[in-house]
Amino acid sequence: MLLSDQVAIVTGAASPRGIGKATARRFVSEGAKVVILDLDAKAAAGAAAELGKDNLGLACDVRDPAQCKAAAQKTLDRFGRIDILVNNAGVSQPDKLLEITQENFDLVIDVSLRGSLNMAQAVAPSMQNRKSGAIISIGSVAAQIGGGIFGGPHYSAAKGGIHSLTKSMARELAPFNIRANAIAPGTIDTDIFAGKLDDKKEGIIANIPLGRLGVADDIAKGCLFLASDLSSYMTGVILDINGGRFMH
Amino acid sequence: MPDASTTTLSLPPSPSFRLDGKRALITGAGRGIGLAAASAISDAGADVTLIARSANEIEALAKAIRSRGGRATALPVDVTDLPAVEWMAAANEPFDILVNSAGVNHPAPFLNVTVEDYDAIMGLNVRSLFFVSQAVARRMRESGRPGSIIQISSQMGHVGAATRSVYCGSKWAIEGMTKAMAIDLAPFGIRVNTLGPTFIETPLSTRFLKEEKFRQAVLSKIKLGRIGRVEDVTGAIVFLASDASALMTGSAIVVDGGWTAD
Repeated sequence: MLLSDQVAIVTGAASPRGIGKATARRFVSEGAKVVILDLDAKAAAGAAAELGKDNLGLACDVRDPAQCKAAAQKTLDRFGRIDILVNNAGVSQPDKLLEITQENFDLVIDVSLRGSLNMAQAVAPSMQNRKSGAIISIGSVAAQIGGGIFGGPHYSAAKGGIHSLTKSMARELAPFNIRANAIAPGTIDTDIFAGKLDDKKEGIIANIPLGRLGVADDIAKGCLFLASDLSSYMTGVILDINGGRFMH
Repeated sequence: MPDASTTTLSLPPSPSFRLDGKRALITGAGRGIGLAAASAISDAGADVTLIARSANEIEALAKAIRSRGGRATALPVDVTDLPAVEWMAAANEPFDILVNSAGVNHPAPFLNVTVEDYDAIMGLNVRSLFFVSQAVARRMRESGRPGSIIQISSQMGHVGAATRSVYCGSKWAIEGMTKAMAIDLAPFGIRVNTLGPTFIETPLSTRFLKEEKFRQAVLSKIKLGRIGRVEDVTGAIVFLASDASALMTGSAIVVDGGWTAD
């Protein structure tokens, strides 16, 4: 198994159809213990229990650094180590430039970008002490091609920020044998898009060489790769998982 | 005695073969019996979710079903990848109907069977079918909805045949596990049955059937004197999916033109 006895924190992982949950499921199937963080304590605990009794679900608003530190501490208290962090929590809004309010800008930036920073700050000290760790953050193709199908400029900016944050963390944390990578998913069929895709689907698929929308598990498999020793010499990478939708 | 001239006999209710409002999951939906099953189940009113390894075929099928006015979603999942199967079941609304149609055969004389072929056939036909059934049935039970699971077995689940030692083993396994699943799932109103076709003209069988000697050997066993077509099978699939078969579980239907009759 690729992640035997390792401990992973996955943020925003309670939604059953989401990337976070799919990633947690892949990690558990490869032998990891998983800590699921989500705004809703009950949903987080339920999602964790569904994956097996050894996993933990905690409420955490990643916008708040104190809550992130508390979640990291609870993880250490329970399992004694943190090997993997997946920064998945995010908010997607399709607003156009002139429609973006200050409140929505703050929400989108704070959850995706500030949340990723807060969680990295919360887990890095223990990873540095153990001289081992993998941080994976979910970016987006929207940051690469000037917006996504359901992501407005603020969403793209937050995801672009994650790509940059990832590269900087990779450089700074490399001496501690902590790898930091991101994934830039293409259009993934999750609840964020629920019901909004049906009429547009064929037009979207026409632009995807592999001929289909992504599913959460496609990204989960990328997270597994970046979390495991299979990617031992990779850091600072933005891994495209987009069906060929965008090629550099 | 009631007077027949004045009272009207009340007729028994006719069974419904409709599947309106139901959600069906079909594995191996890209080709052959799985494709035909998806089309027929959709035609009977159900929303269908199409599973196969390669996206292109199921996307094309989903498009064809949608253009006919049906509801279809293509979901590329390799059913031998059990974490993906678990995700697939958890990430979707519970299903009411499951058709396990994904299957494979590599015919070889018993003395020549390789470990690789054994693992490939047993892995897909038995292991995947078992755990897809489990994942889908767990969600049916959680949601408290009754359901129907249809295992596409084979006449080879009832007899033996030359060069089919592993395939026959896999199909007999399906017949056995289905009966046991039916017992475990009956308290939840979930029915499990098998359907055993004879040789049907599909991409899987065409390779074998284009060999004239083999074709003649097959035809000599099918009493009705012709190779099957997918539409010979889909009627039984819709029947097993619908309430018309409400009191059937742990059963095996053969659609074999009489192959196993003697």
